[in-house]
Amino acid sequence: MTGRAVNTATLAAIDGNDVLETFVSGIAVGCKYALVALGFVIIFKATGVINFAQASFVLVGAYLTYNVSQTWGANFYVALLAAMAAGFVLGVVLEELLLRRLIGEAPFTMIMLTIGILYVIDNVVTAVWGPDNLNLGDPWGIRTVEGGGLTVAVRDLWTMGLTAAVLAAFFLFFRYSKLGLAMRATALDQEVALAQGISARSVFMVSWGIAGAVAALAGATLAAGNVALQPGVGLIALIAFPAMILGGLESPLGAVVGGLIIGLVQQFTSLLAPEYFDWVGPSFEQVSPYLVMVVILLVRPYGLFGTKEVRRV
Amino acid sequence: MASTTVPSRQHGSSAPSRRRRQAGRPHRNLALDHARDLRILRSPLAKAGAVLLALVYLAAPANLTDVTLFALAYAGVYAIGAIGLNLLIGFTGQVSLGHATFFGVGAYSAAYFGVQRELPLLAYLAIATGLGLLLGLVIGPFALRLRGQYLAVVTIGLVFLGGHIFSNWESVTGGGSGAPVAGADLSVGPLDFGELELGGQIYTREQSLFWLVWALVALTALVAKNITRTRPGRAMQAVRDRDLSAEVIGVQLARYKVGAFAVAGAMAALAGALYGILQGFVNADEFGGSVGLFLSITFVAMIIVGGVGTVFGSILGAVLVEYGDTFIRENNDLALLDPIIIASAGDSGVVSSGEFNGIVFGLLIVGFLLVEPRGLAALWLRLKAYFTSWPFSY
Repeated sequence: MTGRAVNTATLAAIDGNDVLETFVSGIAVGCKYALVALGFVIIFKATGVINFAQASFVLVGAYLTYNVSQTWGANFYVALLAAMAAGFVLGVVLEELLLRRLIGEAPFTMIMLTIGILYVIDNVVTAVWGPDNLNLGDPWGIRTVEGGGLTVAVRDLWTMGLTAAVLAAFFLFFRYSKLGLAMRATALDQEVALAQGISARSVFMVSWGIAGAVAALAGATLAAGNVALQPGVGLIALIAFPAMILGGLESPLGAVVGGLIIGLVQQFTSLLAPEYFDWVGPSFEQVSPYLVMVVILLVRPYGLFGTKEVRRV
Repeated sequence: MASTTVPSRQHGSSAPSRRRRQAGRPHRNLALDHARDLRILRSPLAKAGAVLLALVYLAAPANLTDVTLFALAYAGVYAIGAIGLNLLIGFTGQVSLGHATFFGVGAYSAAYFGVQRELPLLAYLAIATGLGLLLGLVIGPFALRLRGQYLAVVTIGLVFLGGHIFSNWESVTGGGSGAPVAGADLSVGPLDFGELELGGQIYTREQSLFWLVWALVALTALVAKNITRTRPGRAMQAVRDRDLSAEVIGVQLARYKVGAFAVAGAMAALAGALYGILQGFVNADEFGGSVGLFLSITFVAMIIVGGVGTVFGSILGAVLVEYGDTFIRENNDLALLDPIIIASAGDSGVVSSGEFNGIVFGLLIVGFLLVEPRGLAALWLRLKAYFTSWPFSY
């Protein structure tokens, strides 16, 4: 009984509106993670590689958007499209030049290859654009809209819209296009797909390209608004790891659900932790996604939407 | 090792057979029985090499500058950690990117038990190693449930969670302000490694610590070699090559996966404790978050460069990666590097030395994976094979 009394007393500090706003911002943050995670998933689905260099694709995308819109003075949305195209090319080139040579190697080798690429690209980006904070120059800025007693940032709405659009495009692409079907077949069984006349080569290339393009989009949403553009933006991709693992490595839908869960967990941790579980220490929201990931993986080792691995003797 | 005497003596003992090989007799270095095959130093040349290494170890402090010695001592620290990681990744096939956490546990153990509790050197090194072992036993079971890439990402989670604990458990770790290790005891019996005094000669802290660290590198390498050349080592390699088949032929997966995590953790923690001693101070953000992840990746890079699945490769890789990093930072005005690196504001160049290091680091990983996936060790083994099998190509 006393416990209940204490609970209602502290609840007064956080009202329903706070919870609702946290919910919305959690969804928005989650959408950003989902965009990053989608890039991971599309590569993993086709080639079985966790691409750590996705973090640097995100960074390159954000900086290219900046460069085209701010330095060259193009429209922001044109810049975004240009960055996505460049991201596509970057993905294809890396796959063609490096990853192609190590197809079929142990996961460890592939992971480390992408980590090596990550270091090279990140440092080249820092060398080209410098370590200082830059303004991405997005038209969303820090504007907010109000509705039903809620204050929502415009860029959050855009992020949600873009994520929904990308997810819908993925769905349509995989469901109805010939290449999408080829990609699904290759993901299912490479040899059988080859026997059907599907070129695994072009499937791999396109997957890396799409991942690069989606990463550019993710980079722009991550660096938009009051978050300055700086080399640390790529690190946010690290938080997308729990999102992607949580949903299961092969499932685009899982990536989005995982991203949303992680976003919500993070935002609610930062709302509730100081009030209810102060002992976890400050900025616990930065590690809570990992905690959730570990717990869920112990229950479902292949993620929420992943395919259960069958072990044959 | 008693059985080694039986067949080998027949070939090795009498003087004439050393000079000229008798017709129909195999070469004296050919391993004819299992025990001989398992020896660490199989040929006279290997023995000579070991003696030479020991001499270099003894003579180095008197002949190198303190700066170089200190960089080599750091390389030795990383070598200890890399040997442990190689047992885990290279021999057992369990990919871990959480090595930094074990390293951090060791460093904080040195700070807490060495300074706050004022325990002697051997005691807090042993406690650090023991805590690393324990943490390995706790993390190891994850490897039973998760495989391959899932395991790699979960161990990244370990780095973030560990980093959070390091920066918030203030009574032990000093929280955000870190913890001092300087002032901890550094003596083993009459030998004080803070300032070694041998036969009336007083050596500097750098010289003394070089000897301490590299003695422990040798010890760790010996332990690792003994694990890998005996039954546990073969079981680990069976688990690495195909864990299902290993299980079928009777290898207890749980035992070896968890065991590998424990041993790797213990070695990383020992390395961490030594790192604390060298550094004199433990910072909260060194082992957690993205910095910690970078540290873990550095360890993996060391074993890739050195040679996955070899003990001496771990040492080679650690020395190359760690010492190379120091070398570039110290020598950015070298003729070859000067046009590339911006050493100070206004200097000509393209990238700063930190960025250059990062790029070289990335290229090293990519280059070795593509060109020589078995690392520097493979280069050495190939060279050796060339000379031992000469004039035949294999």
